Amino acid sequence: MSTNVRFKSRLMKSEDGGEEKQYVGFATLPNQVHRKSVKKGFDFTLMVAGESGLGKSTLVNSLFLTDLYKDRKLLNAEERINQTVEIIKHTVDIEEKGVKLKLTIVDTPGFGDAVNNNECWKPITDYIDQQFEQYFRDESGLNRKNIQDNRVHCCLYFIPPFGHGLRPVDVEFMKALHEKVNVVPLIAKADCLMPVEVKKLKDRIREEIDKFGIKVYQFPDCDSDEDDEFKQQDKELKESTPFAVIGSNTVVEAKGQRVRGRLYPWGIVEVENQSHCDFVKLRNMLIRTHMHDLKDVTCDVHYENYRAQCIQQMTSKLTQENRMDSPIPILPLPTPDVETEKLIKMKDEELKRMQEMIQKMQQQMHEQD
Amino acid sequence: MAATDTDVFSNEDKRNLNLGGHVGFDSLPDQLVSKSVTQGFCFNILCVGETGIGKSTLMNTLFNTTFENEEASHYQNGVYLRPRTYDLQESNVHLKLTIVDTVGFGDQINKEESYKPIVDYIDTQFENYLQEELKIKRSLFNYHDTRIHICLYFIAPTGHSLKSLDLVTMKKLDSKVNIIPIIAKADTVSKSELHKFKIKIMSELVSNGVQIYQFPTDDEAVSEINSSMNAHLPFAVVGSTEEVKVGNKMVRARQYPWGIVQVENESHCDFVKLREMLIRVNMEDLREQTHARHYELYRRCKLEEMGFKDADPDSQPFSLQETYEAKRKEFLGELQHKEEEMRQMFVSKVKETEAELKEKERELHEKFEQLKRMHQEEKRKLEEKRRDLEEDMNAFNRRKMAAETLQAQSLQGSSQQPLKKDKDKKNRSVKTENHSGVSLSSSKVMIAKASVEPLNCESWWQAIQCCTCLVHSAAWRQGIF
Repeated sequence: MSTNVRFKSRLMKSEDGGEEKQYVGFATLPNQVHRKSVKKGFDFTLMVAGESGLGKSTLVNSLFLTDLYKDRKLLNAEERINQTVEIIKHTVDIEEKGVKLKLTIVDTPGFGDAVNNNECWKPITDYIDQQFEQYFRDESGLNRKNIQDNRVHCCLYFIPPFGHGLRPVDVEFMKALHEKVNVVPLIAKADCLMPVEVKKLKDRIREEIDKFGIKVYQFPDCDSDEDDEFKQQDKELKESTPFAVIGSNTVVEAKGQRVRGRLYPWGIVEVENQSHCDFVKLRNMLIRTHMHDLKDVTCDVHYENYRAQCIQQMTSKLTQENRMDSPIPILPLPTPDVETEKLIKMKDEELKRMQEMIQKMQQQMHEQD
Repeated sequence: MAATDTDVFSNEDKRNLNLGGHVGFDSLPDQLVSKSVTQGFCFNILCVGETGIGKSTLMNTLFNTTFENEEASHYQNGVYLRPRTYDLQESNVHLKLTIVDTVGFGDQINKEESYKPIVDYIDTQFENYLQEELKIKRSLFNYHDTRIHICLYFIAPTGHSLKSLDLVTMKKLDSKVNIIPIIAKADTVSKSELHKFKIKIMSELVSNGVQIYQFPTDDEAVSEINSSMNAHLPFAVVGSTEEVKVGNKMVRARQYPWGIVQVENESHCDFVKLREMLIRVNMEDLREQTHARHYELYRRCKLEEMGFKDADPDSQPFSLQETYEAKRKEFLGELQHKEEEMRQMFVSKVKETEAELKEKERELHEKFEQLKRMHQEEKRKLEEKRRDLEEDMNAFNRRKMAAETLQAQSLQGSSQQPLKKDKDKKNRSVKTENHSGVSLSSSKVMIAKASVEPLNCESWWQAIQCCTCLVHSAAWRQGIF
C-alpha cells in the first residue's frame, strides 16, 4: 500500500493538477489473479453418496460430460446382504479454454445396501477426517511447498424419490456429515415425479431438514450491488433446493436436435431442459458459479473446525496423562521437557501406589471393626 | 333307455360307459357356480414394499376405487401389518376383499428383523384356520377365511437388480404364500433398461432358489395366455387414480412435462397384464394353491411338531383320534405327576417352616424366662438394700433422739428466752417445710413437747408433719402450754 501511495504522489507531482482521474493501475489485479490461477490449475474433490441404483454415476457422467465409470462391476443382491461401504476415488484431468481442472470423484459403493445398515456412514466420515488430518499434518510440516489438497469439497447426497420424504438413514447420514463437508441433497431419478409431486416432495424435504437441524450447504447471499436479474436468479436457486435431477448416459434425438436424454415410449426427457428437471441449476451452481465458494467454505469453516477440535483434544490429552506420540512438531503451547515429564510420571505412580495402600489399610480397619 | 353291458361283479376297475341319451349332469358346474355366487367370494392380498413405493395407489387402480389410506411415515420403529377389509360388488358377484399393508417396511436402518412380522401374520392366519378345522363344532362354510392368497412384492425401480432386503424377505415368504414380484413406479425405467432389469431379477431369484408363483399352464383354456404371461414376470406397473384427457377420452394416466404415461396402455406398462392375471384369470387358482399347497404344508409341519404322525412304527395308519387320545392321556398323566410333586414339595416346605417357627418360639420363651429371673433378682436386691437403708436410718434416728434427750435434759434448767424465737422458727418451719430452717432450739421445744405427750410418729420430722402433732403445736401456738 505504501508503494502505491508513493506512486500516486509522484504522479501528482508530475501532472499539472488536471481534473483527470489518477489511474494507479491496481485495477489489473483481478487479471493478474486470473493469469496466475490459470497457470496453477484448479482442483476439486466431489463425493457422491446414496443407495445404489439412484443414478449417481450417470449424473456424474452428465455433469462433467465424460465417462468415468467404464468398467464397473455391480454386485448381486445376495452379495450385498452384508456389504460394507467402500471408498473409491476416480481422478481425471480435464481442460476447458486453457483452464485445467483436476477433478476427483469419491464414490461410496455399498452405502445403504446391506440389510443391517447400522453406522454405514462411518467409513465415509473416517475418510473425510483422514483427509483433514493429512492436510493438517502437511500444513504444520516443515516443507509446505507441495501440499496435496485431498479434502472433500462437496458431497452430493442422493435421496430416493420413491418415498414421502427423508428416511431415517438419510437423516442419520446427513447429520453425521453436515459439520465435516458441504452437503448438497439431491432428489434422484426425478423422472418418476410429476411437477406437482416434485414440489410437494421438495417442501417436505426442506421441512424435515429444518426439523432435524441438518445444516446443508447454503448459497451465499449475493451482494446488494448486484443487478436485479442476478438477485432474482439467486432467489430462484435458493427456493428450488433440493434439486430434482435426472442424468443420462445417452444422447437422443429430440425435435431435430441431439440432446442428452432418456427415451420413453411416451416421450423424451431432456436432461438439460429446465422445465423437465433441475440439472442445469445444479450444474451452474456446482461448476459455473459456486465451485470456488464450496472450496472456501471447506477450507474456512469445516477444516478450521476440525483443526480446532484436533488441537483441543491434543492439549487435553497432554494435561491428563502420558505424552502421546505427537506428530505435530510445532505446538503453540509451552511443552515441558522430557526430564520433568519423567519426574512427574514417577511422582504420579508413587502417589497412586500410596493411595492404594491407604485404601487397603482402610479396608482392613473396617473389617476389624 | 337301452342299458349297456353292466358287469356287476367287477366293482374295482373303473370303466368308461357310454350314455344312451342326455342325462343332465352337465349342469353340475352351473349349480356349483350359482352356489358359490350366492355364498360370495373372499380374497386376501398382502402388499409388501417400501414406504411410498405405490402400494395403495396400485390397489386403488386395480380395483378402480378409492380405499381410504393415509400416507405412512418413514419413522416407524418396526414393521407392522395393517389389514383392511372391504366389500365389493360387480354385477351380481360379491367379493370380500382384504388388503394387508406392511407399514414401515424398509425404513429402519437395521432391517434384519423386518421379515418377521410378515411371516408371523401369515402363520397366524393359517393357525386360525387350523384351529377352526380342528374344532368339534365347526362351521367352515361360514368361516371368514383370512389366509393370504397372494403377496405382491413391490421392487424399487433401481434398474440394476434386487435389493438385499428384497432377496432375504422373498426367501422367507416363498414357502408360505404365493408371491408375484412387480416393479413399482416403472415409469422411471426406459424400455431397454427394463428388459435388462427383468432378466437380472429373474436370474437372481432363480439362482437363490426363490419360488415365485407361476401361472398354471395345465388348464387348456388358459394355458396359452398364462405361459406367455409367465415370460413377462416381473410386471412393471404404473398406478394412477387421476384422469387425463388423451385424444378424446379421459384415461387414467400420469402427466409429465415430457409426455403422458397411460396406465392401461400395454406399451407403456404391464398394468393390464397384472390385472388380467391377478383378477380376471387366476384368482380362483390362487385361492386353491393357498389352500392346497401352502396351508397343507403349514398344517403338516404344525401337527408334526405336536407329535402326530401319519403312520405307526408298525406302519399301520394311525387315526387322528387315537393319537389324540393317547396324547391327551399322556398330557394329563404328566399334569398329575407334576401336581403330586408340587404337593409334596409344598408339604415338606410347610413342615420345615413349622419346625423353624417352633424353634423360634422356644428360644423366645427361654429368653423371657431368663429376663424374668433377672428382673426378680434385681428387685430382691433392691428390697434388701432398701431395708438396710431403713435400718440405718432408724438406728441413726434413735441415736440422735438419745443424744438430744440428753442435751434437752441438760438445758431444761436454762432460761426460756429463746422461746419466741423458737416459736417463729417453728412456725416458719411448719409453714415452709424447710428442713434447714429448723434449728436445734425448735427441735428442743418439740422434744420437750414430745417428752410431755407420747407421739405416734417415729421421727421428729414426721412428728412435725403429722396431724396430731400439728394440732398440738397449734394449741401450743395459741399459748396453751
